[in-house]
Amino acid sequence: MNRTARITFELNGEATAVTFAPHKTLLEVLREDLGLTGTKHGCELGECGMCAVLLNGEPVLSCLVLGLACDGHRVETVEGMAGPELHPLQVTFADLGAAQCGYCTPGFLLTAEALLRRKPRPTRDEIKEALAGNLCRCTGYLKIYEAVELAAARMRGEDAEPAEETVYGR
Amino acid sequence: MDGRAEGTGQPELRVVGHAQRKVDAVAKVTGATRFADDLVLPRMLFCKLLRSPHPHARIAGIDTTKAAALDGVKAVITGEALPIPFGILPVSQDEHALAPCRVRFVGDPVAAVAALTEEIATEALDLIDVAYEVLPAIDDPADAIADSDPLIHDYGDRGNLHKLINLEFGDVDEAIAHADHVRDDVFFYAGSTHLAMEQHAALAEWSPSGKLTLWSSTQTPHYVHRALARVLELSPSRIRVIATPNGGGFGGKSDPFSHEIVVAKVAMLTGRPTKCTLTREEVFYCHRGRHPVLMAVRTGVSRDGRIKGMHFRTLLDGGGYGSYGVASAYYTGALQTVTYEVERYHFQGARAFTNKPPCGPKRGHGTPQPRFALEVQLDKLAHDLKLDPAEIRLRHLAPAGSVTANYLKIGSMGLGACINKVVAASDWKRRYGKLPLGHGIGIACSSYLSGAGLPIYWNHLPHSGVQLKCDRGGGVTVFCGSTEIGQGSDSILAYIVAEVLGVAVDDIAVVTADTDLTPVDLGSYSSRVTLMSGNAALQAAERARDIIARRTAAKLEVPVDRLVFADQRVFDADDPETGMSFAEAVQVAEARDGTIGTVGSYTPPRSPGRYRGAGVGPSPAYSYSAAVAEVEVDPETGIITVPKIWIGHDVGRSINPATVMGQVEGSVYMGLGEALMEEMVYRGNRNVVHKIPSLLEYKSPTTLEMCDVETYLIEDPDPNGPYGAKEVGQGPLLPVPPAVANAVYDAVGVRVDEVPITPEKVRRALKEKEKGREPRYGPASFPDIPWPEPTIVPPPREGGDGRAIAGRKEAKFMAPATADTVSTAHPERQH
Repeated sequence: MNRTARITFELNGEATAVTFAPHKTLLEVLREDLGLTGTKHGCELGECGMCAVLLNGEPVLSCLVLGLACDGHRVETVEGMAGPELHPLQVTFADLGAAQCGYCTPGFLLTAEALLRRKPRPTRDEIKEALAGNLCRCTGYLKIYEAVELAAARMRGEDAEPAEETVYGR
Repeated sequence: MDGRAEGTGQPELRVVGHAQRKVDAVAKVTGATRFADDLVLPRMLFCKLLRSPHPHARIAGIDTTKAAALDGVKAVITGEALPIPFGILPVSQDEHALAPCRVRFVGDPVAAVAALTEEIATEALDLIDVAYEVLPAIDDPADAIADSDPLIHDYGDRGNLHKLINLEFGDVDEAIAHADHVRDDVFFYAGSTHLAMEQHAALAEWSPSGKLTLWSSTQTPHYVHRALARVLELSPSRIRVIATPNGGGFGGKSDPFSHEIVVAKVAMLTGRPTKCTLTREEVFYCHRGRHPVLMAVRTGVSRDGRIKGMHFRTLLDGGGYGSYGVASAYYTGALQTVTYEVERYHFQGARAFTNKPPCGPKRGHGTPQPRFALEVQLDKLAHDLKLDPAEIRLRHLAPAGSVTANYLKIGSMGLGACINKVVAASDWKRRYGKLPLGHGIGIACSSYLSGAGLPIYWNHLPHSGVQLKCDRGGGVTVFCGSTEIGQGSDSILAYIVAEVLGVAVDDIAVVTADTDLTPVDLGSYSSRVTLMSGNAALQAAERARDIIARRTAAKLEVPVDRLVFADQRVFDADDPETGMSFAEAVQVAEARDGTIGTVGSYTPPRSPGRYRGAGVGPSPAYSYSAAVAEVEVDPETGIITVPKIWIGHDVGRSINPATVMGQVEGSVYMGLGEALMEEMVYRGNRNVVHKIPSLLEYKSPTTLEMCDVETYLIEDPDPNGPYGAKEVGQGPLLPVPPAVANAVYDAVGVRVDEVPITPEKVRRALKEKEKGREPRYGPASFPDIPWPEPTIVPPPREGGDGRAIAGRKEAKFMAPATADTVSTAHPERQH
């Protein structure tokens, strides 16, 4: 029996080769074999959205994808979002407090990023729909919606600022 | 800029009160934060725990030989290796890291395996043979009252009743006999769990030099430190506990846990780093969540709704171990008195052991349950008296600065302002009672502690300590034992020190939650951290400022009281050009005084209560919240949707309004989950296993269920808070479930006297209504409990001094106080 598998794929824009036990999920390959612990786990059963990453630009739950299935494909994780500067979504998540404990944040960021690539001007309901598979216990989601909306506006080139009542209350 | 706020003579606040990023925000959004399970050490072993499949059993024997022989297994241990019991409370040292002879709930750990991989460890668990002698199980607290056989523990107040409390503050029976109106109601609040997104994990490393290091996702590294020293029989000086940033806590990471002790032991036995990460299913069983509580409330009021006497009884389903349960039981009776005046108060509380996962503290610890009962009953009282539910609350607010019947000292009190805000914003007066069938609004209020007044173990030491070091380059490092669980405690330290020393928040490095490096802070529980570590940081920073100011003033030849610390400079308020950079000022002081380091610490004020049981409830300051919930109820299906909640929260002062907003919204969210869907359910007929131990089946609100929230921050600074700040992390949860219940009544005219308020319960209540019976769903009665003799404490308004008095019913109350003593002890409110 073959005890190891080897794949080559594009990870955060770089050609990457990795060897791992063939039963491993993409989540495990990322965290254990590539040391990319920014992708989190909350259940490893596909129920919580913590481990969401982008596979060929689409959000997937990396706990439900075999590492082997990624051979030749394109994977994006939270580690690939920022260069020397933060991604606009990271800026607004940080500024508005959309990340509290931060454990669910990578999954939300990537799911939101996929939404904004597809739909640069999403409505609040479209944002809720897109993020419905990601659980967050800290924020009550409201700051996350506001952060996505603010980042979307800035990514469209608008000179947007958060509403006063968002960060100061009424 | 002269550094003074215009016209006030007070220093202008440059950091406090300004919305900004948290100090760890960038690490959180880049995935750089290292949570416990992200840590990896060379030669690390993976540990798994074998858990009991029986709710109650004796362990006749454990055969680990096959497991130990499996290739890759490095250690297998059982309860014999860890014979010393522990528990978070000194009065409940009833847990073992691995059960030595008895299991008390499905999930109780009995053995542990450490292996080269998690897969091998898991495989080895299946090779362990445990011979169980199954015992009868108790799954209902009502059965625990009657049955002392089987006895779950050999300690406790009576049989399977772990704790019995009976506290009387004035003659409540007499007050109720003379009241204009009396209500008796019974309520139930289901148990729920924290559901932090991060599963607990711990990593231990042992050095042959005799030093143990534990990294753990714990909210209470100091208590874990103590538990490890006790169980492992090591000096605390040889143990270092580092709390990693918690991926959510909500109270669920506040106990010392089996896996923390086991990995430490395995690391000591094998000499290899050892990690254990719980599965989601294990987290459901470890739990320590919200106690299910049955409550009976008898309240007598005057015609205008003033509470003359309240008799409050609670029965808590504690589960298999003590945990925080004694405190939880007291908390179900503690805070009823701090929102509205309660002239006389009688509290009886009981916590039962059952063969279920132990309950403990969850956000609001023991107070959301009684708050639900109190606020729903108050809504019913308002209806009975034909008073507006907002008005009945506003009329009888507990006065700021007063002492309650059970001897809680209230500081600032902004509840009236909270109510006024949400009433105005929700258009309450125009809409309440006037919306079409199926639409309703309801109001409820609450209060919560800004930290418990007493520590978990008895001592006279500070509750929080800070050390502060000023670097020659202008940087400042703050060391504090406080633990970041996402609430922003690291940031609070930086904001306060930056404010005092006039440096930028980014100039400050924060080192927290490391028992080797940081002074003790008791932990992130009871909403204590902003107030307590904030005050400690304030003191340390002011001491550093004084040292630097003295030397800088001499150098600049400016009176010391004219110096301003702002914009990374130290300068003369009257002549801002005369000054120097903060870094230069540190050097000036360091040249004269040596290294610039200071300490600060905080101990809460002593509470006026002197009776046994007075330790639970006192706090340096109480936060207040008021909420109006709007609901839509489909009478056909019973399905409730909540479009919007208006909430006002008296936070004293917002240190960072953005994080305050996040805590308010997050609390509303969690309260909404408890109101509508969250519940820990066990199969009584199937071995008391958890019915739904998964994130999919344990229903919590997603983006599709979460309501809009309109938040009003009320700033009524409290003299005990740093810059006047009070808590915000827990209090805003409390009014949400009763506000939703009251709104459901407004919408369809039925009472659901328990949470979660599911469609089925609404439908059942509507059916009762259709049949002309009481339009209600909820528990029918409260069981007879063998209460102990009451501790009798005359309330302040009746001349009491906070001490219990001797004697039985006939002789128990002192002569009525004179008008003078009443007004001194309890200033009358102007209506």
